[in-house]
Amino acid sequence: MQTIGQQLINGLSLGSIYALLALGYTMVYGIIKLINFAHGDIYMLGAFWGYYAINGLHFNFILAMLSAMVFCALVGVLIEYFAYRPLRNSPRITALITAIGVSFLLENGMTYLFSANARSFPQVIRTVTYHVAGLRISNIQLLILGTACFLMLLLELIIKRTKMGKAMRAVSVDPQAAQLVGINLNHTISFTFALGSAMAGAAGVLIGLYYNSIDPLMGMTPGIKAFVAAVIGGIGSVPGASLGGFLIGLLETGVQAVGLSAYKDAVVYFVLIVILLVLPAGIFGKKTKEKV
Amino acid sequence: MLEVKDLVVNYGAIQAIKKVNFTINTGEIVTLIGANGAGKSTILKTISGIMRPVSGQVIYLDQPIQTKAVPKIVRAGISQVPEGRHIFPGLSVQENLQMGAFLRKDHQNINQTYADVYQYFPVLKQRRHQDAATLSGGEQQMLAMGRALMAKPKLMLLDEPSMGLAPIFINEIFDIIQAINAAGTTVLLIEQNANKALAIADRGYVLASGEVKLSGTGQELLANQAVQRAYLGG
Repeated sequence: MQTIGQQLINGLSLGSIYALLALGYTMVYGIIKLINFAHGDIYMLGAFWGYYAINGLHFNFILAMLSAMVFCALVGVLIEYFAYRPLRNSPRITALITAIGVSFLLENGMTYLFSANARSFPQVIRTVTYHVAGLRISNIQLLILGTACFLMLLLELIIKRTKMGKAMRAVSVDPQAAQLVGINLNHTISFTFALGSAMAGAAGVLIGLYYNSIDPLMGMTPGIKAFVAAVIGGIGSVPGASLGGFLIGLLETGVQAVGLSAYKDAVVYFVLIVILLVLPAGIFGKKTKEKV
Repeated sequence: MLEVKDLVVNYGAIQAIKKVNFTINTGEIVTLIGANGAGKSTILKTISGIMRPVSGQVIYLDQPIQTKAVPKIVRAGISQVPEGRHIFPGLSVQENLQMGAFLRKDHQNINQTYADVYQYFPVLKQRRHQDAATLSGGEQQMLAMGRALMAKPKLMLLDEPSMGLAPIFINEIFDIIQAINAAGTTVLLIEQNANKALAIADRGYVLASGEVKLSGTGQELLANQAVQRAYLGG
């Protein structure tokens, strides 16, 4: 019972990181039908920004995270502007391959500039472990969970309540009709990239704090897992991405807990295959229906 | 108010519109009628900026607009009700209407426009918190028109508003088009239902294979034998 509780806490912490990342995948896919494979690398850039903001600029944690979010939002907007926007009317595969290219560029560019060595993330917040009912919960875990949930709620409010959020939804369901009411597609798409990338930036700083180690390739595996989370939740669905992220996190820690650490990645992909066989549109995915 | 001059538009490799000319005066209801594929929708999309002409001009309030971005054209006062309605599913009825007012800066007057729209279409008020996707076809058409009205257009472009609707809805929609026009909005109406369209139009143009074949007042065209044979089932 205690082990289960403990793994639940670990899984939720890790899952909230995947959820934050998955949101970016799902929002970008929702609006321009592109799997932005460079998204995991934006998370890496967020972690590096946090590293330098704390070490170099002596920012505290909150400031480091907020500035990483702003920085990543900017990077996301620039990537869209230079890499994806010129391909807006090209076949989808062209944009997809470009996304993979952007990912390689960021990974290798960062390796070139900062070396491939892992560096330890400054621990701006001293880890304190609480013992509650036999469970070990660290303040970092609580911070990750709390921040992630707060950001997800904030995002939900932005999408549901604000005019820009409604415009995002309008563009994602019908870009042409959205244009006809005067919505500027470019602005809306930039806004979507900014939001998604800001979430990735926050996740990068949080993971730095949690795992204490960052390197230029750190975005690869979590990026793909967050993509899996978005697909499992139903790509294009915001609540689906959150749920998918938590599920993947729980699954991964669960597999480790039963002693199959070596297979934790394989299990994630296996579950992806099963879900796609049973629910091809994901858990919250819309069944595509053609209305004439 | 609007003048289309020597307009040529290609649709892919096909020349869909071949040197079309027509005018709309302020306050009129003008209709373009013609068979499927005559190029009616292409003209409308070119006016609203979704498609670009190869040559020719669209002059609106003495300004050429054929190269302007779509939001600029909307802001200038042209709203299109697209063919097939194209409401936003997943957004509530009221959110759809709010998107119609996307570019408006006069926030204090928007509530009045909601009230106007709800007066034209009381059913939208009843369903304002419902997902727009749950509306019937006729109600979706009303929502698409209401959404266009939210921008307070000077010129409203309607693309096949009667398509796929039950006769009772068709009559209601045409009554409301007349009411909107009487309240001061100029209307360009595209219809396959030529009888209905010509009956409420001040003037009409008959389009066939990308060219204007005939023009006249609504009554003249209704009485014209060639039009009757080709489009009115007479």
